[in-house]
Amino acid sequence: MDVDKIVEGILSGNKRALARAITFVENEYPEGKEILKRIFPKTGNAHIIGITGFPGVGKSTIVSKLTQEFRARGKTVGIVAIDPGSPFTGGALLGDRLRMDGLDSSKKLWIDPGVFFRSMSSRGRAGGLAAKTGDTVRLMDAFGFDMILVETVGAGQSEVDVIEVADTSIVALMPEMGDDIQINKAGILEIGDIYVVNKADLGGAEKTERWIKAMLMMDQEAVEILSKTTHAQEYEVQTGRIFDKISRAGWTPPVIKTVADRGEGIPELADAIEKHFEYLKNTGKLLETRKHRLSREMIEILVQEIKNYLKKTDKVNFQEMVEKVSKNDLDPHTAVEKMMKSILKDYKD
Amino acid sequence: MEKKVRVLVAKVGLDGHDRGAKVVARFLRDAGFEVIYTGLHRTPQEVAMAAVQEDVDVIGISLHSGAHMTLVPKVLNFIREYGGDPDEMVVLVGGIVPEDEFDGLKALGVDGIFIPGTPISEIVDFIKETVPKKKGMKVKS
Repeated sequence: MDVDKIVEGILSGNKRALARAITFVENEYPEGKEILKRIFPKTGNAHIIGITGFPGVGKSTIVSKLTQEFRARGKTVGIVAIDPGSPFTGGALLGDRLRMDGLDSSKKLWIDPGVFFRSMSSRGRAGGLAAKTGDTVRLMDAFGFDMILVETVGAGQSEVDVIEVADTSIVALMPEMGDDIQINKAGILEIGDIYVVNKADLGGAEKTERWIKAMLMMDQEAVEILSKTTHAQEYEVQTGRIFDKISRAGWTPPVIKTVADRGEGIPELADAIEKHFEYLKNTGKLLETRKHRLSREMIEILVQEIKNYLKKTDKVNFQEMVEKVSKNDLDPHTAVEKMMKSILKDYKD
Repeated sequence: MEKKVRVLVAKVGLDGHDRGAKVVARFLRDAGFEVIYTGLHRTPQEVAMAAVQEDVDVIGISLHSGAHMTLVPKVLNFIREYGGDPDEMVVLVGGIVPEDEFDGLKALGVDGIFIPGTPISEIVDFIKETVPKKKGMKVKS
């Protein structure tokens, strides 16, 4: 399949074309970039929902049940589910898809025309997502799915990249994962727009729920204080993630208890997701946060572009610069300034 | 062009024996492949749709029920029906397959058949050799 066929396929609902486009993007083929450029005008319509949480809390099962629920509500659903790649071999066991419908195929999610599921290896990247997750979401967005669910790698405390792609971030926990100090630690527990206590039929669910609610009350106050202080630099407020924190003022994240494999609490979770999207749209925060994410993404693309350019240009004399710096004939900052000057003079795509 | 090899390890039909499939999935992971496991009791339609959506280079169907001559062609036909091309994939069958049915499976488009006792390295080598031939691209590991 060539680029024209794939773009045409994506925009006319051909899943095979979408699948192939993701492969091109994931493996960084030039065709992938071309496809992304061409479909970009068709993006921006989907509600992008991130689901994160520690390994084994039930993220994939929640994704499966949520997909069933949204399908019953007439919505189409694209799913990107990320599992870790091995730091040693580069291989991966992608085991999220098999939770779809579990052992009960009666909902037929696997062959549902309104569902597309793609498993993805993180390929060694930290943060909870794969490098190409955002671009994959964009392909699904252009395809026309109403909702796109992004399931992260089983996350650690500091893996928060999901907020770079999701409009609504769900943090899933389960009972007995630690005390209220654990709940109040910085990182992943700060990023939820919605919190889920899954496996709520186990003892201790109410306690976990109470601790999260107490943490969130303090968070609301912290946001108030933060938005009035000036120590956050103007630049940081404009482009940094501190904006994401401040923009949380006015939304109190709900805490929802679920027993996902039995479907309990799933309709309430779906309601909360829809309510959050309405809130984002009504307050103008949807476009505002998306713009902030784009600004960060563009800086990332810029840095990557410079790296790629260094690989293919012969105008910069990179090795020569390294030699000079290693002999103390030049310092690294001056060397980079010189390199930037030649890149700027020489750049063509 | 270079790409990472993606493998779908599938269980089809009323066959509850997946120890073998899980062991193979695990060792293919350690060989540097990206392996998607379907879990038990999938229908041929489900497996075929997964192969298309996941855009896999290899599809490995594990069968211990004796239904391979019925289920394997169904999977391959549904891949075609969903717009995919099984001829672009390396198709493997593993499990209990009588030797006198090897030719029948190969005539259906199966590239490799691996019965119990096969050393895992044989499957890995087969994939590494056959994927570049069928896909015309280098394997990245």
